[in-house]
Amino acid sequence: MYMDINAPGIDAPAIETRAMNFWYGSSQAVYDVDMKIRKNRVTAIIGPSGCGKSTALRTFNRMNDLIPGTRVEGQILFNGDDIYDSSVDPVALRSRIGMVFQKPNPFPKSIRENILWGARINGFEGDPDELVETSLRRVYLWEEVKDKLKKNAFDLSGGQQQRLCIARAIAVGPEILLMDEPTSALDPISSGKIEDLMTEFKERFTIIIVTHNMQQAGRISDETAFFLNGILVEMGPTRDLFFNPRDKRTESYISGRFG
Amino acid sequence: MRTRKPFRAATLAERHRKGQAMAAVFLGATVFAVLSLLILLASVIDQTAGYVLVEYGTSEADVFPPGEDGSVPPIGSLSSPELIAVLSDNLGPRRLKALELESPLEERSRGDLADLVLAEVLEPEIVRTWTLFESLSSRSDILAWSAANVPDGALMFRFWLSPDFLSRSQSSDALFAGVRSAIIGSLMTIVLTVLIAFPLGLGAAIYLEEYSRDNAVNRFIKTNIYNLSGVPSIIYGMLGLGIFVRFLGPLTSGAAFGLAGGVAGDAGPGGSAAGGVVDAAVSAIVDGRTVLSASLTLALLILPTIIINAQEAIRAIPRGLRESGYALGATKWQVISGHVLPASMDRILTGTVLAVSRGIGETAPLVLVGASTFLTKDPTGIFSKFTTLPIQIYQWTARPQAEFRNIAAAAIVVLMVLLMSLNATAILLRNKYRSERRG
Repeated sequence: MYMDINAPGIDAPAIETRAMNFWYGSSQAVYDVDMKIRKNRVTAIIGPSGCGKSTALRTFNRMNDLIPGTRVEGQILFNGDDIYDSSVDPVALRSRIGMVFQKPNPFPKSIRENILWGARINGFEGDPDELVETSLRRVYLWEEVKDKLKKNAFDLSGGQQQRLCIARAIAVGPEILLMDEPTSALDPISSGKIEDLMTEFKERFTIIIVTHNMQQAGRISDETAFFLNGILVEMGPTRDLFFNPRDKRTESYISGRFG
Repeated sequence: MRTRKPFRAATLAERHRKGQAMAAVFLGATVFAVLSLLILLASVIDQTAGYVLVEYGTSEADVFPPGEDGSVPPIGSLSSPELIAVLSDNLGPRRLKALELESPLEERSRGDLADLVLAEVLEPEIVRTWTLFESLSSRSDILAWSAANVPDGALMFRFWLSPDFLSRSQSSDALFAGVRSAIIGSLMTIVLTVLIAFPLGLGAAIYLEEYSRDNAVNRFIKTNIYNLSGVPSIIYGMLGLGIFVRFLGPLTSGAAFGLAGGVAGDAGPGGSAAGGVVDAAVSAIVDGRTVLSASLTLALLILPTIIINAQEAIRAIPRGLRESGYALGATKWQVISGHVLPASMDRILTGTVLAVSRGIGETAPLVLVGASTFLTKDPTGIFSKFTTLPIQIYQWTARPQAEFRNIAAAAIVVLMVLLMSLNATAILLRNKYRSERRG
């Protein structure tokens, strides 16, 4: 059922953090995190509210740069290069590491424009119709919206909007998709569709998903990282972490004793 | 069994009474406001039409060629050549020459000629005017009074707010005065004001909201923009007089662009009457009392309001919209131009139009920067002398003769229509942008 991540042929990690610390102003949110995220796998980050899991995710595409007063220490390597190096332009980085947010947030434009905008600003010069179709097909939205591409994206249901946001992210052609609780605002059926997508997507992308929902992490992820109070408590193959947790705290959390 | 006491019955009636009393007070306030507005409107409209008793200096029968049946033809039936003949028969050669100099008689329209005959030959003089209400309610009294006091006068019902009123330029005679120059002046001034204030205001708002760091200097600037929006408009007038009219006079008069001579001699107080010597003297002085100075002053006046409105509109854009732009690899400017501005444009435009509505009604600062109170020629460009509707109204209401109150009322209606169309534009723009984005 789960992929064996210890199988041979696994190459260098897509993202690796070394002693990552993170501060919002003077309060530290993430402490000394060392983690390796494997390529073409789904990695889930779980933990109770306020444990720093979203913060950690948002350091991977330097989204936290946009919040004044934040600070990162340590190294975050993307394909071996430190993304916080002064030579790295976060704008270029974000087109290679896409992100999907908790609340579906399509642009207040047409469905078609939603797909094309991100690609265009990154210098896309191909056939726009083709890009719109392939991107929407990948998220199984094409059949539902192909007759109303000119319609405003807000006409779609919440689940459709979130799939549109995923299509918009992959239209830019990223290598990694960061997903920050992408289904927490959706009904179970819409959530299920997005979970199915992730399982398919890992052939093309590396996926890192932050989720509150442990069943979801269990269903879709290959690896799971458990955060508590800004500390990475345990990380490993999802099956091991769920069934044979090494740490007492992981066991308590997974068995529902807190969180 | 225990009987249950009604829950706090003692105070309940009292509390309801208090609530009803407050509701009555609020209703009263609303009724008072609506009534005041209605009375204001009624009193303005009351002045815009009514009977006018006119006495002619020269009788029509004395100057008009008699018709075939010997009767006196009405002025409306005379042709252009006939009107010119009447003019040349009855005016002195000097006056005729002066009129020819302004614009040759042959080239003038029939309406202009008829006006000339009326004003220069027949010389009507208003004896008395009545308001619309009086004219409708006590018509017989008015007729009786006219017959008794001015037997040879002509009593006519006149709509002061007429197409002629809109298309005529200023005149010292209320019967021939119009607001064309003032409307053109108001429109030119306000268009130029928007062209100056909107880009500056929007730019400043974008900088303050999106780019500026949150430090003491920027907080000081932001606070003071709020303060500036509360500064009385006459202060802006003094600023405009000091900076744009005086200090930057060479620029705002057009002298720096070689335009001063033609423009300063154009019109203005004492311009046409005083003769060539004074004209030359006036044109030698750099005169910054132009449309440009007025627009710059009004732009400064409405700039804080535009900035504050635009800042609030930009601030109202949810962080999620920006983040989803950044997450796709957009630069700051791509996010601002692609998402923040389109999504906030409806509010920005609404705020701007409301600020402009304030500007268009301003009088005090324009009096200071030298709006002409008497201008017989339309402004032709940004370096022209100008007058505006509020200035015109202000000047007319200051006149002692009752008939100027009638044309002031008519001009007030014009100004209100102009303002209401501006506000309607604001609503249309907002709805257009809102329907484009939604959500």
